[in-house]
Parts: sequence; C-alpha cells; structure tokens
Amino acid sequence: MKTTSLSMARTLAAITWVATFGASAQMPPAATQLHNRATAAMCANCHGTDGRTVEGSAIPALVGMPKDYMVLQLKSFKDGSRPATVMHQITKGLTDAQIDTISSYYAATKR
Amino acid sequence: MKRRSFVQASVALGSFGALGSMVGCASVGHVPEKAQVVVIGGGYGGATTAKYVRMLSNYKINVTLIEPNGAFVSCPISNLVIGGSKTMADITTPYDKLSGKHGVNIVRDYVAHVDAAKKTVTLASGPTIRYDKLVMSPGIDLMFNTVEGLKEANESGQILQAWKAGPETLALRKQLEAMDNGGVYAISIPEAPYRCPPGPYERASQVAHYFKQHKPKSKVLILDANQDVTSKGPLFKKFWADNYKGILEYMPQHKVVAVDAKTNTLKFDVQNDVKAQVLNVLPAMRAGNIAVQSGLANANGRWCGVNFQTFESTQAKDIHVIGDAIMVAPLMPKSGHMANSHGKVTAAAIVAQLSDMPVNPAPFLSNTCYSFVNDKLVVHVASIHQYDAQEKTYKTVPGSGGVSAAPSELEGIYAWNWAQNIWADSLL
Repeated sequence: MKTTSLSMARTLAAITWVATFGASAQMPPAATQLHNRATAAMCANCHGTDGRTVEGSAIPALVGMPKDYMVLQLKSFKDGSRPATVMHQITKGLTDAQIDTISSYYAATKR
Repeated sequence: MKRRSFVQASVALGSFGALGSMVGCASVGHVPEKAQVVVIGGGYGGATTAKYVRMLSNYKINVTLIEPNGAFVSCPISNLVIGGSKTMADITTPYDKLSGKHGVNIVRDYVAHVDAAKKTVTLASGPTIRYDKLVMSPGIDLMFNTVEGLKEANESGQILQAWKAGPETLALRKQLEAMDNGGVYAISIPEAPYRCPPGPYERASQVAHYFKQHKPKSKVLILDANQDVTSKGPLFKKFWADNYKGILEYMPQHKVVAVDAKTNTLKFDVQNDVKAQVLNVLPAMRAGNIAVQSGLANANGRWCGVNFQTFESTQAKDIHVIGDAIMVAPLMPKSGHMANSHGKVTAAAIVAQLSDMPVNPAPFLSNTCYSFVNDKLVVHVASIHQYDAQEKTYKTVPGSGGVSAAPSELEGIYAWNWAQNIWADSLL
C-alpha cells in the first residue's frame, strides 16, 4: 500500500506527540474532550444520545443530572447499597475515574 | 442479478421517491467522488458509527453511508413479531433522521468491490467513491451451503432463517399462524459463535408462548448443535420447565447436516431424523460477504481480525471492521448493543486520527442483552469490557456483569425502553 504524504505527516504527528508527552502523560485538551464524550456515549445505548431518552422511557434520562448526585448513585450501585436490575452489574465494571468522567459529562450537558 | 438491475433501474429513475411503497425511505443522497468516511452497512454498528463520526467531529467530517435497505429493521425484538406480540412497524425505523438531522449522506446501494490499496469503494450500480477511512459493518452471512438442501429450500420460501430481520420475520410468523393446532415447530441452532447467542432460545420461548395461548396441542423443538444452552441457560431452562412443560423440548448436541424439503425433515450427523411442520434452520454464520470478498476475514476465513483499540482491520490499513463480522475478544457477544458500542469507539478513533489527535488509550465497551421469555417477562445478561493495552484485547472486569435473578415484568419494561432508546441512539 502507498504511504501518502498525509498519512506520513500523521504518523510523524503521532510520534512527536508520544515523544513530547509520553504515552501516559496528559492529552491535548481537544483529545480529552473527544475521549470523554465517547466514554459517556457508552451509557447512551440505554439512556439515549447525550442522555436524552425517548418520551415515556422508564430508563432515566441522564442529561443535566447533577454531578455529585450521579457519582453517588453510580457508587451506590457499585457497592450494592442501591439495588438495581442491571446497574449493579454494569457499575462494577467501571473505574472510579470513568464514573467521574461520565458524571461530569452529563452534568455539563444542557437539557 | 435481480438486485443489481433493481438498483440500476432505480438510479435511472433518479429518485427512490418513485417507489412509493418503500417504508420510511430516506432521502437518498448523491454519490460523491470522495468522502472522508465511508460506512458500509446501516445496522446497529454502521448507523451508530456514521452518526457519531458526525457528532464527535462537531459535524466537520463528512460521512457517506451505503445501505441497500430503505429502512432499518431491528433483529432485537423481532422474535416478538414471530411470537405475535409486536408488529413489523414496531421494529422498523427510517433512515431519514440520519440524513436530515445529522447530515449523513446515504447512498442506497450494495457495494460490489473494495480496493484497499487505492482506497476506493465501487457500488453495485457502477460508481466509485474514494475514502480516507472505510468502516465495514456488514453483519453476518448465513452459510446455507453448510447444510445440504437448505439453500434451495430457503430460496423457495419453505425453510426460513428469519435471522436477518425483514421479510422472513413476517413470513415465519405466517407459517406459524397457518400451522394446525398439533403441528410441530423445530428450530436448529449452529455451533457458537453466531449472531445473538440468546436469540434462538428467546425465539423458541416466543413460539411456545404463542402455542400455549392459541395452539395448545402444538410443540416446539430446539435442536442445538452446542453442548448446552449458550446464554442465560439456567434462566431459560427453569422458565421452560415451569411454563412450557409438554410444549417445548430442548435437545442439545444436534447438529443439522441436511434438510429434506419434500418431507420437511432435518437430518443430523449422529441422531435420528426430525420431521416438523415448520422448520426454522439457522446455519453456521460468518462475516458479511463484502468483508470476506475483500480479504478481511482472516480468522478461519469466517471472521475479521481487528486492532481492538481502533477496530482497524489487521489485514488492511484505514479499513475498520465492527459488529458481528469481527473475530471477537473473549466473552464478547455478537449483539446489536455490542455493535453500537464498537461503533462509538471506532467513531472516536477515526475522528482522532483524521484530526491528528491521539486515540483513546483506554476505551471500554458496554453490553446488555434482554430476552423475552413470554410477552412480558424478561431476563438479561450484561457485561463491561475494558481495553487491556498490554494484551491488546478487551477483558470483562472480574465481579462485574451478570444475569437476572429471575424473569420479571420490570425488566420487560426496561427491555422495550432499551430497544426504543438504542434505536434512537443509533438512528435518530
């Protein structure tokens, strides 16, 4: 396959990025924003795009939910203190950092 | 080639609007010479990727979606159409929001050829589109040739699969309605992996529920090539014993090798023949034909290997493969929900790559599969799959995920809301 100058530029950009920041170092803000949005989108399968459910949904909408409240609910599902049908199993698979990312995203999304 | 001439005739008309009977026909876009992202297939995986590339790029990256069908018909919930408690309209969603609201250019066609070196896609109707990134979400192909006599019996409409939701879903429902009280429905299941692990057991439950209400002398036979029920086994088996005793019979280790359409008989590698009034044969499956034909199915010639951080093919640069077509990571089901999750990780990776940003080093995937055991009671299986950078695969987190304690009406409500919300998340 031909390597275009564009893809070479991309590879260089990626190498430069790794060399500059290191693999575990801080992401550029635009990249962090993108990744956080995609992380939060893992809830959208059930809770709707950007946390907006269809009308009449018993599955709650997440859009605009206060962050502290959401973190508390997710952690309560995770430690079993809030009973659930599914969420106690889902939250046990999430890290605290992911719970924070997800809660921040929906809190910041306007209704 | 009926389909091809159909497409050509339609293109010649200049508008699919002329075909007034098409359900929910999307506004069909033009065929561009070049698109930044081309997506093949408008199912749970492809539609989600198309929408999320648009959204995550703040509508800056242009996307062309190639899909032959005029509307999306959901496989999840389609077993309820077969059972009689939902309709085709309930499981059908038009593509017009994907184009109108999200600006995805939808081309209604099949793909005839992909050239990975030139980075082009050639449509069945002739034109070629160049791409920077190609997403293949072709779903599955049913390997009819693995069961002697099945191809002909399926083409004649006698022995249905109804595993790709659509006309066969309704046709199978009609076969069941036409069957006498006292007739037998037999469903055969191929060895795993196949699309939707709990799906065949849900379907058998739906048919048993229908028989219990309307044809109490009839029977459901499940002929499973696997050793045991492959998903939610204890839940299904308990419900069958408690509710469908004398109606539903489960037979593991029954691998169908041939069908005799004249006598409506299934033949197995070892066991005795089984004759039934309605046969529903699910043959072995593999990645959708365009992926196989493009040389991407590098795992047993059936499934497509991918780099799990980006879903880029291990076979071809700048081609991402998602959904049921991939060689899965351990414990990853081939499900619509999972395909939607693949689509989001892929969309974010593509937006990052096309914007010279690093891709997410730690993506994760969610999955929840609901199964209806009658028209109201539901059980689920759920899982979270975290990317492991060292081993370059996804792993389920120990202690996470799981199944329902028992079937419940509450989960029945959530299951239907899940369907409505994921259809909206993928298509609206």
